[in-house]
Amino acid sequence: MLSEQERREIEAHARHYPNNRAVCIEALKIVQQHRGWVSNEGIADVAEALQMKPAELESVATFYNMIFRKQVGKHVILLCDSVSCWIMGYERLREHLGDRLGIRPGQTTADGRFTLLPNVCLGACDHAPAMMVDDAHYQDLDPARIDEILASYQQEEKKEEEKSTDGNATDS
Amino acid sequence: METPLTHNISPGREPPDLAQYEKTGGYAALRKALGMAPAEVQAAVKESNLRGRGGAGFPTAQKWSFVPMGDDAPRPKYLVCNADEMEPGTFKDRLLLEGNPHQLIEGIIISAYAIQGDVAYVFLRWAYKLAARRMEKAIAEAYRHGYLGKNILGSAYSLEMHLHVSAGRYMCGEETALLNALEGKRANPRAKPPYPQVSGLWGKPTIVNNVETLCNIPHIVKQGAEWFKSLSRSDDGGTKLYGVSGRVKNPGLWELPMGTSMREILEEHAGGMCDGYEFRGLLPGGASTDFVTAEHLDLAMDFDSMKKADSRLGTGTMIVLDDKTCPVGMLLNLEHFFAQESCGWCTPCWSGLSWIEQILQDMEEGRGRASDLELLESHTRLLGPGHTFCALAPGAAEPLQSGLKYFRDDFERHIHEKRCPWSRA
Repeated sequence: MLSEQERREIEAHARHYPNNRAVCIEALKIVQQHRGWVSNEGIADVAEALQMKPAELESVATFYNMIFRKQVGKHVILLCDSVSCWIMGYERLREHLGDRLGIRPGQTTADGRFTLLPNVCLGACDHAPAMMVDDAHYQDLDPARIDEILASYQQEEKKEEEKSTDGNATDS
Repeated sequence: METPLTHNISPGREPPDLAQYEKTGGYAALRKALGMAPAEVQAAVKESNLRGRGGAGFPTAQKWSFVPMGDDAPRPKYLVCNADEMEPGTFKDRLLLEGNPHQLIEGIIISAYAIQGDVAYVFLRWAYKLAARRMEKAIAEAYRHGYLGKNILGSAYSLEMHLHVSAGRYMCGEETALLNALEGKRANPRAKPPYPQVSGLWGKPTIVNNVETLCNIPHIVKQGAEWFKSLSRSDDGGTKLYGVSGRVKNPGLWELPMGTSMREILEEHAGGMCDGYEFRGLLPGGASTDFVTAEHLDLAMDFDSMKKADSRLGTGTMIVLDDKTCPVGMLLNLEHFFAQESCGWCTPCWSGLSWIEQILQDMEEGRGRASDLELLESHTRLLGPGHTFCALAPGAAEPLQSGLKYFRDDFERHIHEKRCPWSRA
């Protein structure tokens, strides 16, 4: 079932369209925002709320590459593989990211932290090569910069872990 | 040199908010337009020779002219801003969206007024996160100050505007596929006719215009068609955002007179090739335009001149091929993109493009055959205009057909040497 929060957000968007069906892509995005990805249960929940057939919604969900129908890691790395980034040597970065994370494009690290996905042009062609991590854009990349970026996400997580450990200590 | 589209844009800084935008003359064009009849607004845009900046170059006012007008026209009517910039090598609309959202909003309101539209959607690609935040904020500001909603600025005209952030796929940039995406369907193209102007979104009259096109509208209304034409060095009015990426000294984006030559853009603005790299060719307007070579560089970058090089202006953002980059490898990258992004609706596209990709992959890996060149050429014909529902398949054929013409020796070397001559292995 959709959570109250999910339902409220979907309803707010539904007001922008003349019928329920039109909001289905936004609804899938909202469910993904809250749950990390769109599972079969997510499809069933949205289909029920919008009075669509699950199979029909599935046909929409699988068309759009930013709807994840497989579980992804905590952070999703989208590495641009389009022509300007290719000319500027993105393939070297793909290898580098793969080595650092121990995964190939399309895979998620064993600790569930990172998913690495190739992605079409990110619109930063004058600063190629480029990538996104979650909502953040990074450009003019080289292997050293990639290491810095990965380290910054790892540090951030460490801080979060410490915070939650502190929190637990105070609770007890 | 005047740069109406970008003179209020400072990259890296916050865009003008509504008060700042008004202070520099913003929304004065809307006030003027509301005092004109919709037909007069259409006439002003027609007079300016504004052609669509999304890639196809269709005259904007002519597109609008097919929308049924008058009291018995079907309602609601829609105006959709195509902000789904996904053409590889293209990064121009992003600047306008991030840099001055109110300019775009004003352009949309005036354009919607010209067709007596009731609802406007901004169809934005998901990757432009900053643009989404700024557009959302600016739309809310415009509502609060009476530029959107019921009875705009006390007039009889009302317009609702919504931001739709897409969930991906190149296909959504095609205008009929975009309409399907807005309706919550798979983004397959629709058969034409009926054209969207008559039967578009939910079967109602709909105009789809590109971001850069719409940003020109306030300036045309405010300063007139003669002024707009005087900005240009060609018959097409106005300025154009031109971009360059690849191995050049100063890749970037510039607002220049429409019809500036490729040589001036490449050599003066982009600073020429990086040291140690020679120019071999370029795609003038994104991934789906035909290659041009050194002999064409003095041509003006406008819609008609680029035809002389059997190419297109497209989006006006060039991708430069240098001598240290393999042309077959570049085409493999491009055709992989098109094969992956094909929506799967038409056979020459979904089947042909993956076949093309496989042939190019084989060639890069030393498995090319002499008969492959003819096979690739036959595919470019099968993908040609009229064989598929939409223009993206012919677009995918463009770099390949011109690549086969200009870089034939490089293809043949791959086949004879049974390897990629650029490969370090």
